[in-house]
Amino acid sequence: MHRVVITGMGIYSVIGKNLDVVKESLYHGKSGIIFDPLRKEMGFRSALTGMVERPSLKGVLDRRLRVGLPVQGEYAYLATLEALKNASIDQDFLDKHDAGILYGNDSSAVPVVESVDILRQKKDTMMIGSGYIFQSMNSTVSMNLSVIFKLKGINFTISGACASGSHAIGIGYLMIRQGLQEIIICGGAQEINPESTASFDALNAFSVRESDPTKASRPFDRDRDGLVPSGGAASIIIESYESALKRHAPIVGEIVGYGFSSNGEHISLPNVEGPAKAMTMALQDAGLKSSEIDYVNAHATSTPAGDLNEAKAILSVFGSSAPLVSSTKSMTGHEMWMGGASEIIYSTLMMQHSFVAPNINFENSDEASDKLNIAHSTTSKEINAYLSNSFGFGGTNSALVVRKFNP
Amino acid sequence: MHPVNGNLTMQREEIITKINQLLIEEIEIEENLLTPTANLKKDLGIDSLDFVDLFVIIENNFGFKMKAEEMTDVKILQDFYDYIIKRVQPN
Repeated sequence: MHRVVITGMGIYSVIGKNLDVVKESLYHGKSGIIFDPLRKEMGFRSALTGMVERPSLKGVLDRRLRVGLPVQGEYAYLATLEALKNASIDQDFLDKHDAGILYGNDSSAVPVVESVDILRQKKDTMMIGSGYIFQSMNSTVSMNLSVIFKLKGINFTISGACASGSHAIGIGYLMIRQGLQEIIICGGAQEINPESTASFDALNAFSVRESDPTKASRPFDRDRDGLVPSGGAASIIIESYESALKRHAPIVGEIVGYGFSSNGEHISLPNVEGPAKAMTMALQDAGLKSSEIDYVNAHATSTPAGDLNEAKAILSVFGSSAPLVSSTKSMTGHEMWMGGASEIIYSTLMMQHSFVAPNINFENSDEASDKLNIAHSTTSKEINAYLSNSFGFGGTNSALVVRKFNP
Repeated sequence: MHPVNGNLTMQREEIITKINQLLIEEIEIEENLLTPTANLKKDLGIDSLDFVDLFVIIENNFGFKMKAEEMTDVKILQDFYDYIIKRVQPN
């Protein structure tokens, strides 16, 4: 069994396009939520969304490497560049070693819509061009990044709804622990566009607090009225301790636990038992008592039922040990396929800089959140170990435990 | 961009200039590589996927559909010019 360490992180998010900016946003409780007039024109119930500028990669990547890359792949490319740089891994190293990629992604709507629009208009598949097929598959991020970075190890995508990014890290952790790989780029990517979220908006699941976008995502707050979709990409470099040691890599944390479960019930309504089971399994895998967890990064998306059930699940697992809890989705919105990976980065930044980011907009508790130790504001805190939750449609649950690295 | 066939007959030099412009702007081939004897695959790096995009680019700009079976003898850039010119100026 090998120890699994994090040696690099990179992010492209609605609260910052690199680690330094994101750390400041987390510390100051900055929201990345806006009102998108286009969505209103299109007939959305809610025009709220997280938003980040689309990267411009012309002149950065060759045309052939760009043609098949959808917007979330562009985010993921930049996040991965930052992560590799911070892990002190260059292309020469990747050329000579078996590094893999396991990335979370669960949609790529725009290329599907655009290519079918062309077909309907031109009535000739030959007018679709070469890029859309590679952009439109769920595996688009791992397939593109593996080519761009010339990776030669494990290479596939994990689609686990809003737990995709977390499961990607969990599976990567298991592979390295077993000695099957030495280095894996793990992460999650989420497209930001109306096409990918229209059918989700149809479920009445989004907040309609459009008059005050930065107040709309309010996990655990009594007056929450739904989630705010968001996106971006987050990459972490995970590797065996032996590999990191051999190449004198910086170590920013150690992944020590992965727990998972399926609710086995409703396709969209969460329960208490499934998440509790995943958290318990992650703690057992880590060999840690619940009282040894200093911070819980909650999945809490700001939906009435989801936050209520997660609060109950956290209470059932942590009881009186009452670790500090916050949902960074209060600032970022729900980063969906990306969230499980980005929240490892957010939490690791907090661990590195000894603070817990605020659960902004938490003004009044409800019956369950009242019993949690929720960080209302930025809180100075030495974090030795944290647990991060991610749950998704179909009742998929993932919990990861990361702690400070001690040789 | 508008198809330029139909009533407007392009002159040979115009067609070559237009093809070069499209190869530079759309396929991002460096201008100094565009010599008539350049091999499309070996010298210009146009691969099978680029040909798929060229199909779209040619139809959008010259108004006709390239056919794969007609491309078998198109090896160098001059062949490509001649093929386009022949389709745009059938007479």
